[in-house]
Amino acid sequence: MKQYETVIGLEVHVELATRTKIFCGCSTEFGGAPNTHTCPVCTGMPGSLPVLNKKVVEFALKAGLATSCRINQYCKFDRKNYFYPDNPQNYQISQLYLPICHDGSVEIETSAGKKTVRIHEMHMEEDAGKLIHDEWEDCSLVDYNRSGVPLIEIVSEPDMRSAEEVIAYLEKLRCIMQYLGVSDCKLQEGSMRADVNLSVREVGSDLFGTRTEMKNLNSFKAIARAIEGERERQIELLEEGKVVVQETRRWDDNKESSHAMRSKEDAKDYRYFPDPDLPPIHISDEWISQIRSSLPEFREEKQLRYQEEFGLPPYDAGILTESRHLAELFEQTAACSVYPKKVANWFMTEVLRLMKDQGMEPEQIRFTPQHLAALIDMVEKKEVSGKNAKLVFEKIFLEDTDPVAYVQEHGLKIVEDTGLLESTVGRILDENPGPLAELLGGKDKVMGFFVGQIMRQMKGKANPDTVREVLLREVENRR
Amino acid sequence: MELEKLTALQLSEKIRQHQITSVDAVKAVFDQIEKKDKGIHAYLETYKKDAYARAKEVDKGIASGKYTGPLAGVPIAIKDNICIEGKKTTCASRILENFVPQYNAEVIDRINEAGMVVIGKTNMDEFAMGSTTETSAYGITRNPWNPEHVPGGSSGGSCAAVAADEAFLALGSDTGGSIRQPSSYCGVTGLKPTYGTVSRYGLVAYASSLDQIGPVGKNVEDCAALLDVIAGQDEKDATSIGREKYAFRESLSDHVLGMKFGIPKEYLAEGLDPEVKETFMEAVKVLTEKGAIVEFFSMKTTDYMIPAYYIIASAEASSNLERFDGVKYGFRAKEYDGLHDMYKRTRTEGFGEEVKRRIMLGSFVLSSGYYDAYYLKALRTKALIKKEFDAAFEKYDVILAPASPTTAPKVGESLKDPMAMYLSDIYTVAVNLCGLPGICVPCGKDHQGLPVGIQMIGDCFMEQKILNAAYAFEKGRGAFGEPGEGGRA
Amino acid sequence: MAGIIDDATMENVCILAKLSLTEEEKVKAAAEMQKMLDYVEKLDELDTRNVEPLSHIFGDRNVFREDVVTNGDNSVSMLANAPKSKENQYQVPKTIG
Repeated sequence: MKQYETVIGLEVHVELATRTKIFCGCSTEFGGAPNTHTCPVCTGMPGSLPVLNKKVVEFALKAGLATSCRINQYCKFDRKNYFYPDNPQNYQISQLYLPICHDGSVEIETSAGKKTVRIHEMHMEEDAGKLIHDEWEDCSLVDYNRSGVPLIEIVSEPDMRSAEEVIAYLEKLRCIMQYLGVSDCKLQEGSMRADVNLSVREVGSDLFGTRTEMKNLNSFKAIARAIEGERERQIELLEEGKVVVQETRRWDDNKESSHAMRSKEDAKDYRYFPDPDLPPIHISDEWISQIRSSLPEFREEKQLRYQEEFGLPPYDAGILTESRHLAELFEQTAACSVYPKKVANWFMTEVLRLMKDQGMEPEQIRFTPQHLAALIDMVEKKEVSGKNAKLVFEKIFLEDTDPVAYVQEHGLKIVEDTGLLESTVGRILDENPGPLAELLGGKDKVMGFFVGQIMRQMKGKANPDTVREVLLREVENRR
Repeated sequence: MELEKLTALQLSEKIRQHQITSVDAVKAVFDQIEKKDKGIHAYLETYKKDAYARAKEVDKGIASGKYTGPLAGVPIAIKDNICIEGKKTTCASRILENFVPQYNAEVIDRINEAGMVVIGKTNMDEFAMGSTTETSAYGITRNPWNPEHVPGGSSGGSCAAVAADEAFLALGSDTGGSIRQPSSYCGVTGLKPTYGTVSRYGLVAYASSLDQIGPVGKNVEDCAALLDVIAGQDEKDATSIGREKYAFRESLSDHVLGMKFGIPKEYLAEGLDPEVKETFMEAVKVLTEKGAIVEFFSMKTTDYMIPAYYIIASAEASSNLERFDGVKYGFRAKEYDGLHDMYKRTRTEGFGEEVKRRIMLGSFVLSSGYYDAYYLKALRTKALIKKEFDAAFEKYDVILAPASPTTAPKVGESLKDPMAMYLSDIYTVAVNLCGLPGICVPCGKDHQGLPVGIQMIGDCFMEQKILNAAYAFEKGRGAFGEPGEGGRA
Repeated sequence: MAGIIDDATMENVCILAKLSLTEEEKVKAAAEMQKMLDYVEKLDELDTRNVEPLSHIFGDRNVFREDVVTNGDNSVSMLANAPKSKENQYQVPKTIG
């Protein structure tokens, strides 16, 4: 059999995290009752007119600059005409001729190393409504709450060759968008959607094969399976001497197969033309530089800085920077602590552990950085035992409790009363003549036994080092 | 006193001076409607009960000082492509037979704020596509000067209502001459403002880049006063444009001494009815007698205006009218087999012939393989036409033109040959393509006693110049008269 | 470009415009469209090679709205216009897939 190469380009839709829709003042909030976030504009009522949300342009510019795109400083909206009930005007306001961004790229990393994926263009558009199928009446029902929610569509060049690269690219885009705060990019909830354009060709060929477009991919796993499935389907066709038809296919992840979305009523001729209702957009140099200077420090830069600043291994730096929110929480905590490296340890262990235990996303973590810093401070000053500190941190993590007050209230502070410690040590030694004899006989292992006994008596509120010190002194006294 | 004969400004003055009430005015209008509208059919719907209630409210508002504007208390008719909350808005189409918007067009809010009283919705060509008001799905409107003739279109109902004293003022919309041409046919004054001057929010779109709402009245001053009410930037319409000064009526002046007027030679060439030409040239004389300088000049793009206009207007219309699909509002076919059949039957049964003709043409010129050759070519042509007007306005303050090559044709004549009907828009469409303001003032009559209008076109935002020129002309012309008894419906 | 409106073109135009015409209507519509296209061919006389298409007459300034929620729930009054609705949604014939 011939050797084939898979050629993949992606069309990624990212839902922008604006408060209102792209062309009207309706809320973009998720999960409202059907059609409760709609108005004449986003339901295509006669006489209604679109007015562009400035935030959408800002977010698109951020996304474009963060992916090294060039900006069309004069851009326009076009109408894409097609009839479908989720599209209330029967045209979608999008950009074809002069999209806001073009010719960008992102760097991805896979097991094979680093690679650049080029971005052909990025444009702003409106989302469609939601159709649900009513089995009782064998009809469909339309909810326009999502109609008019702003999207950017990011169109890549056909630069990817495997599912691994595709997923690396998507993760990279997701990370950038989340760092920018322009989208939460959740595949499952549809705030990030990817259509896969795929073709195969013989290894060594310069020509592209005929591509298909795969839709309805709701998870990374589905994307990986769909890529594999479509690659096999196309190779099989070619091996049988058949041709691949350029078409749009719908992936069914339950059946792990796809079918062509064909209808003789789908003319696939969108008759794009400039939307006369929306004046062109002018993007000044000042606006671009203002947006550029507002861009955050991205993951790669942070990762390197963490390695230098906190002496973190690359893996740890990678983990801490996966989410901008987590990274910022870490940095804020580190900034108000005199033990920044300990802060990193706490994040790598306790923060991540509790996040996992609670089934939380990094974005959901909310505690005051000063609280963790204060706790670490107490630990380092040996005012709280390590074991108690973990319990206190759970309180901080879950309820943002003030650790100083909590330790005080619950009597967890290590006792500095050496009188009490000395009398406890003396009593324990008196109560255990056997082990004491062993210890005096040179069996150092017995030390552990005595420290444990004493700590238990002190209910953990003693500093183990001090305990050891006092114990040694008392033992010497009895020699 | 025959109240219905008063101009809107005269009427309001009497109301504000408490000589009469707004309720009296509404009564006068409805008496006239009852007397005449059976024969004319200017209205699709009237709101008698609401209008009386509103007039009472307005009378109180005038007494309390809430409404002080020069049009307070004046009844007004609205073209049926302008949305009024809670009132059927049909665009004279079957596809919107039961559509009741839950919002007001911006102009309606402004009219209400000015203390005016909306009395009803006027007939029009379906979706404003037509030049005769014969493409309405709800019956034709007849010309008050002679009921055997059409009132023009598409704002035929609004113009006929004003001409027949069935309204003191009316709102129309103008996409390719739809205010100016019926104003000419009906012997009333109608103004198409600079694109963006009046908000299009709530105006059911025909061709969004060309549509403008404008006033129709009995004289220039009434139109200027209504323009003062409706003009203004609206944050709901991104194409609306604000200005520093809105005082069109206050700034009126009949001074044209030294003003420069240009007449495109090509406009007077073949195709212009000799009688209309003669009347037009007589009107020009009125201006020169007042000291205006009038010259002929060449407008080389004349022949290309109609082709460019019909391509652009149809393309936009094909897209604007996609929303009428039987899903969200309006008519849905009774029987259908699946989604696409529902679309097709709804639209085929819901739209009239002329609308379908333009939707098909528009879909074609935008379709793959033809976009560059037709649509883009038309946009490039539009740029050339605009350039030529820009050059003309460097030389002239106002361009003079007929509003139509003929007077009102007989009912039933125009629709036989759509192509010929399109060609009759020759003097009006460029104004829309270039976003210019244009006004049409009655200037004479033909041998049948049918009105002829003169059109005055200004550069963008130069409404005041054309209003002044029209005002001066009107004064020079003298009284125009009413539809004669013989001509009454 | 004479003679471009053939049956296939009319068929396609009807799909795009979502209109269904009888055979008779199609013949008439095709003839009318052809006549119109022959007429607008006049534009070919103009040399527009160096002319930018003019889509917007006034397009020199940005028009934006701020990202502030201004609309509440109007679904009941809006759905009142729907030819068919169910459970606060617009009801349509079953869509594919």
